[in-house]
Amino acid sequence: MTNALVLEKLTASCGGAILGSSEFRGDLTVTVRKEEIVAVCRFLRDDPGLAFDMLVDLLGIDMYRPDGRFEVLYNLYSLKNRAYVRIKVAVEEDDCVVPTVSGVWTAADWHERETWDMMGIRFAGHPDLRRMYMPEEYAYHPLRKDFPLLGIPDSIPLPRK
Amino acid sequence: MASRADDVTKSRILAALEDQDTTVVVDDPLENTMVINMGPQHPATHGVLRLLVKLDGERVVACVPELGYLHRGYEKIAEASTYHEFIPHTDRLDYLAPLSNNVAYALAVEKLLGIEAPPRAQHIRVLCCEMARVASHLVAVGTMAMDVGALTVLLWTFREREKLMDVFDVLTGARFTTSFTRIGGLAQDWTPQCTAMLTAFLEGFGREIAEVEKLLSRNRIFVDRCEDVGYIAREDAVALGLTGPILRAAGVPRDLRRDKPYLIYPELDFEVITLTESDALARFYVRIAEMKESAKILTQVLRTMPEGPVHTRDTKKVLPRKERIYTRMEELIHDFMLINLGVDPPIGEIYQGIESSKGEFGITIVSDGTGQPWRMKIRSPSMVNLSSIPPMCRGGMLSDIVAIIGSIDPVMGEADK
Repeated sequence: MTNALVLEKLTASCGGAILGSSEFRGDLTVTVRKEEIVAVCRFLRDDPGLAFDMLVDLLGIDMYRPDGRFEVLYNLYSLKNRAYVRIKVAVEEDDCVVPTVSGVWTAADWHERETWDMMGIRFAGHPDLRRMYMPEEYAYHPLRKDFPLLGIPDSIPLPRK
Repeated sequence: MASRADDVTKSRILAALEDQDTTVVVDDPLENTMVINMGPQHPATHGVLRLLVKLDGERVVACVPELGYLHRGYEKIAEASTYHEFIPHTDRLDYLAPLSNNVAYALAVEKLLGIEAPPRAQHIRVLCCEMARVASHLVAVGTMAMDVGALTVLLWTFREREKLMDVFDVLTGARFTTSFTRIGGLAQDWTPQCTAMLTAFLEGFGREIAEVEKLLSRNRIFVDRCEDVGYIAREDAVALGLTGPILRAAGVPRDLRRDKPYLIYPELDFEVITLTESDALARFYVRIAEMKESAKILTQVLRTMPEGPVHTRDTKKVLPRKERIYTRMEELIHDFMLINLGVDPPIGEIYQGIESSKGEFGITIVSDGTGQPWRMKIRSPSMVNLSSIPPMCRGGMLSDIVAIIGSIDPVMGEADK
């Protein structure tokens, strides 16, 4: 299944949700509206021709710019067609919430927890949005660009002697 | 998932564990479920995995994995280092198969840059990947058997693994922290000595692996403890995004070496091992069979390996050879620029996944056109595979958990990044 075919099918069914698409080194990335992400994902999974039944990866990107500071990238794989596609949504800093896709693929559960932990992007409707790696009471999100590489002193309480 | 069946109970569990970090004893053990804490320091968790297990007698009602005890922030470090500087960090991800991480990373950066390693380098990279797979599966099989009580197998598999470690030592100069690949090529060329060592290993390997298999496949304790343990349905495994031997043991013939070929895999003849039982025993058999397939691949590659360079000639992107840096002005300038500013990638984002021993090991790079990645995401198969612990453990016995963790074969260095 070629990228053009994926894009064509996606445009035909969810045309209103698509904001743009790009192809780089043979990888197709489709940008969709944040509100429509669950519907788009559900369509991509359930359409018999596309059948993107695996969520391989989900990540947040801090673009560190005034408009659309964050991006969330969904990396999907279709077992039937042996094809990848990437879906992207833009997230504003003052509205750092994306609808969860853990109802579409259970794999999103842990990936979204990791993205919340590392980027501070919340996933609305997530059943158990705990931090993945950092301690639960940790106040920062380390992969944000304004978090210093050396860390913040005293941000993790050490055991008392 | 059962782990969040009732949030109220779980937060109480966590609060109780904060006060008393080992066992929560409830008033009447016969009336209540019991919560125990397994790990992060536990020999059967293969590292620093922590599990909160809720028990009804000896039956597991729910199980919550806790990750992050080995989180070193490699994705943050990647943003602050050039593409070359990050290569040694990839060794420390899946530390049982460092060579395949090196290859995955080099392939990802090369995809971003739009270059390709020459044929000889690609052959050597396939050798690296497959040796790493055998080395990793040997540990997986050995430790899984040890966890359920068969210690001998571990000694036997480690003896075989040691022979591969010697090849790594001669090939890369290190047994574990190999850092062998370079962008556009390899650190060193394959040598006849490596061929001799690997051939000697392969000659005995078929016999040794058959003995290991014989020791376990008819071992009543091993089979009883692994059969029908840790079952996960095919569709659940797909929805959870599981990859590698776990997915193939669940009846999904997904292998990126065949499905999304990279390097010279399309030219090689190998089978994608698939079983349908989807229990711990099936995963053991998949690993054993995959090692035999890897040996087959290694033999083929050794036979067909061409002569030639192991570096591309793209001087703006590939580090020049040391002897030329010291004798030529042009190479000195390129070396200076590549070391100080890094390669010059285009703006864009790529994803490159390979079939590592644990599953799909992938790297997403978001490039802003500078020598350092703007964002690098490591898709670690161990982390995703660990998310299958709650459904696999539910309803089983407490003692099944060690068999299940052994069959998942997680490496926490990779899961925690």
